[in-house]
Amino acid sequence: MAHSAGFDLNSYEMELDYENVAETDSVQDSFCQLIREPGPNSDRNPEILQMEVLGECRDNQSLHVKEEPQGREQTNSLHREQSSAATHRGMSSLPRRTSDQSSAAVNSQCPRRQHSLRGVSSRTRIRCDFVQADSDEINERDNKTERLLSNLKRLSVGDRVRRLRAMPISLKDKIKLRKRAFSDAAENSLINRDVPCCSRLRVYTVRIWHHCLFSCLSSLTSLQLWQSPMKRLSGRFGTSVLSYFLFLRTLLFFNILLLFINSLFLVIPQAIHPPPFDPNLKTFPGLEFLTGTGYFSQSVMFYGYYTNSIIKTCTAADLSPGYTGESTDQTVCDTVTSSQVMPYNIPVAYFFTIGIAFFIICIILVYRMSKSFGKSFQVLKSHGDLAVKVFCSWDFKVSKKTSIRLQSENISTQLKELLSELMCGEVEKSCMQWLQHMLVHLFAWTVCLASIFLGALAVYKLSDHMHPHDAEGSVLKEVRLLVLSAVVSGINLLLPGFFNLVSWIETYDSPSVPVYVSIFRNLLLKVSVIGVLCYHWLGRTAVEPESQGLQCWESFVGQELYRLLLMDFIFTGLYTFFGEFLWRLFSKQVLKRNRKPVFDIARNVLELIYGQTLTWLGVLFAPLLPAVQIIKLFVLFYLKKSSVMLNCQASGKPWRASQMTALFTSLLWFPSFLGAAVSITYTVWTIKPSSGCGPFRNLTAMFQAGKMWARELENTNPELWWLSWAYTSLNGDLHSCSSSRRPEESHQPVRKAN
Amino acid sequence: MGTTASQLGKDLLSEYQELTFLTKQEILLAHKRFTELLSKEDKALPNPRIPMQSILTLPELKSNPFRKRICHVFSTSDMKDGSLTFEDFLDLLSAFSDSATLEIKSHYAFRIFDFDDDGTLDVGDLEKLVNCLTGETDDTRLTPDEMRQLINNILEESDIDKDGTVNLSEFQHVISRSPDFVSSFKIVL
Repeated sequence: MAHSAGFDLNSYEMELDYENVAETDSVQDSFCQLIREPGPNSDRNPEILQMEVLGECRDNQSLHVKEEPQGREQTNSLHREQSSAATHRGMSSLPRRTSDQSSAAVNSQCPRRQHSLRGVSSRTRIRCDFVQADSDEINERDNKTERLLSNLKRLSVGDRVRRLRAMPISLKDKIKLRKRAFSDAAENSLINRDVPCCSRLRVYTVRIWHHCLFSCLSSLTSLQLWQSPMKRLSGRFGTSVLSYFLFLRTLLFFNILLLFINSLFLVIPQAIHPPPFDPNLKTFPGLEFLTGTGYFSQSVMFYGYYTNSIIKTCTAADLSPGYTGESTDQTVCDTVTSSQVMPYNIPVAYFFTIGIAFFIICIILVYRMSKSFGKSFQVLKSHGDLAVKVFCSWDFKVSKKTSIRLQSENISTQLKELLSELMCGEVEKSCMQWLQHMLVHLFAWTVCLASIFLGALAVYKLSDHMHPHDAEGSVLKEVRLLVLSAVVSGINLLLPGFFNLVSWIETYDSPSVPVYVSIFRNLLLKVSVIGVLCYHWLGRTAVEPESQGLQCWESFVGQELYRLLLMDFIFTGLYTFFGEFLWRLFSKQVLKRNRKPVFDIARNVLELIYGQTLTWLGVLFAPLLPAVQIIKLFVLFYLKKSSVMLNCQASGKPWRASQMTALFTSLLWFPSFLGAAVSITYTVWTIKPSSGCGPFRNLTAMFQAGKMWARELENTNPELWWLSWAYTSLNGDLHSCSSSRRPEESHQPVRKAN
Repeated sequence: MGTTASQLGKDLLSEYQELTFLTKQEILLAHKRFTELLSKEDKALPNPRIPMQSILTLPELKSNPFRKRICHVFSTSDMKDGSLTFEDFLDLLSAFSDSATLEIKSHYAFRIFDFDDDGTLDVGDLEKLVNCLTGETDDTRLTPDEMRQLINNILEESDIDKDGTVNLSEFQHVISRSPDFVSSFKIVL
């Protein structure tokens, strides 16, 4: 899956565009008489040829229905005639995807031919057939080539190439076929000169467009970040560990996209026209990077920097960028006519940028989720699918010798286990044993849930206890701001380890259940911690900012999230370096184990999802937070890679990579993205922004910026009435939705009528 | 139709791009690695062929238990010695690439596992396949009883027409049950 970030459109569009080419069954029958090699050679190896006939006949007669799990039918039923032997084999053994009825009919023809081809006497019969067929052979071959070429010619140029590409024949023969197919086409076009010029133009345009698209896509996919480190990792550890790093890269691209949108529409316009700098804040250089206060609180990083002005840039000679904190409207270039003024409304831009960025990410996530679910779809498997294991379990990406040996050992162990299960049957558990297992599970779950509850309570109490206005004045007080984030990161680090310890005492029937259980427990922990924090910010701090001594609660929330992200990064780094490295030394020297510890993929992916949730929550309050996350992910990649290479080894347990990837993508969607989106929507719709800072001061709620813009649009451009009508109706729906959801928020200010 | 030793012509490059699943960068990298394996005299030839031994020195194939079968399957040599021209090499990489379809991959996987090249996977092929998978050491090899049991189970699960062998369509039917096949049947230079 090197083409992550949605760039494997090549294969996707090929799968979509297959057409049904009609074929008759008579062609199939004639296949049975095809001999692999031409006349002179056959005398050398008659027996082999007979076996081949046997094989080919069976190949073609016992055909099957095959439907893609997604339900897309692919028909690849061209019969090919080739000069090279291997290619011929490739052609003849291509499956045909037809309906159930025809394949059943074909199947019924099979036994007669097969049985007739077995045994010694059959050899003479085949030899007769063979000699007879030898003379027809050349005609057959030519017929087939002609049929193939005519099929190809029926397709459009693009489809022709795509069909050729998907044929399992050698490149040499593909090139020959292509030349013939395209040269014939060229001749035809020369003959038919009465093709109207507009359709020819259309053909050319389409061709040029396809070529441009293709070259664009290939140049984009060449921007493969971290290609060679990933290859080394997959060579040593296989697909499972690789999936973690691919997930990391996907998140990196999401953040780059978010940062790009934010900086283009929000940061750069505001940075060009900065608001007045408040020199009152004392700065403690150095600590600010950790706390985000001081100099940073006045920077473009946080919400408080943004003004609620309409910036008007003018092209006239006397340029004086306008900025203000108080007035809602600032005309700078009074001398210039309105046609030269390009107003940029910061509050509206802020509102819509965040909204549209979230919308785009939502679309991309849903698309990726649907694709990964499609890939991981598995037909209900029967008990002990040995055939699947034997045919599909070898990972060709692994190239290191020791890893290959390990892989062989794993496969051997799994096969032996499955076989022993089959041979002995399921072990019947007695009632006492079952009860015992249940009690152990109950105990483990109680312990885990209790620890989660205690952790969440600790966070709640601590957040209540910390008052931001205490933090001004000295370095020590500033450091106190970091305590909450440190405690949260500590809880997130230690409790999953505790859950792992608890799961040791539990026994499970199937090897995949403990993974899901541990993922669920981790997820529950993180959701509760973030939930408590969100309640604290949106339910207490935002509603009564004066009680906390805050001028600008949004900037404070942004800073909190920044601190959380940073602390999480620091703790992860320390844990990776000390924890994994020291554990390896410990297990080698003290426990005297030969094997290095295994990389815990589920836990690490959940940590990535947690960091991404924080970023999404914080983007409203700190538009540059994705930049922090980008830096963090970048460094984390190299950190984790070195740690894995040094300290870990490939896992002995089977890891269903595509199912796990589908699970992680869906966890990224819900609860991570949806939770963040719901919180942001709640903030924008119901919470009163602070009146002293930010682009939404003097408004009762943030969405009113959009409403004002819609009204203004209606006034200035009456023909765009539909846009503002759409906006107000959407606004009305969401408004009624949110007001019905929260009847208990009694201390919300009375809202103005729409 | 061949390649010059040093440079790949633009027309040829675009043709290869259209007819294989490889991107331009991948084809150029393949060309580079292929020419590194050529001996001095071969470099002057119009369509050089690399013997199997040299191909097997590639790190991606060196320890793979299926390396010889892979060379044999993709080779277009008349002498069946597993030697590859550049186009055969591209075929190999294309089948093992990221964007190759499940059809192509399962087709070639079938041919690789078909050790006796008879078009079906019979008991002998399956036995050799399992031995390749489990490795050479004694404690990982299956006992003859386990092997027999395993092969019986495999045939029971996958041989739909009950002819005692697994043909291509039956193989592809089994493959379609595994969503991981496409991602594990990959080799990237």
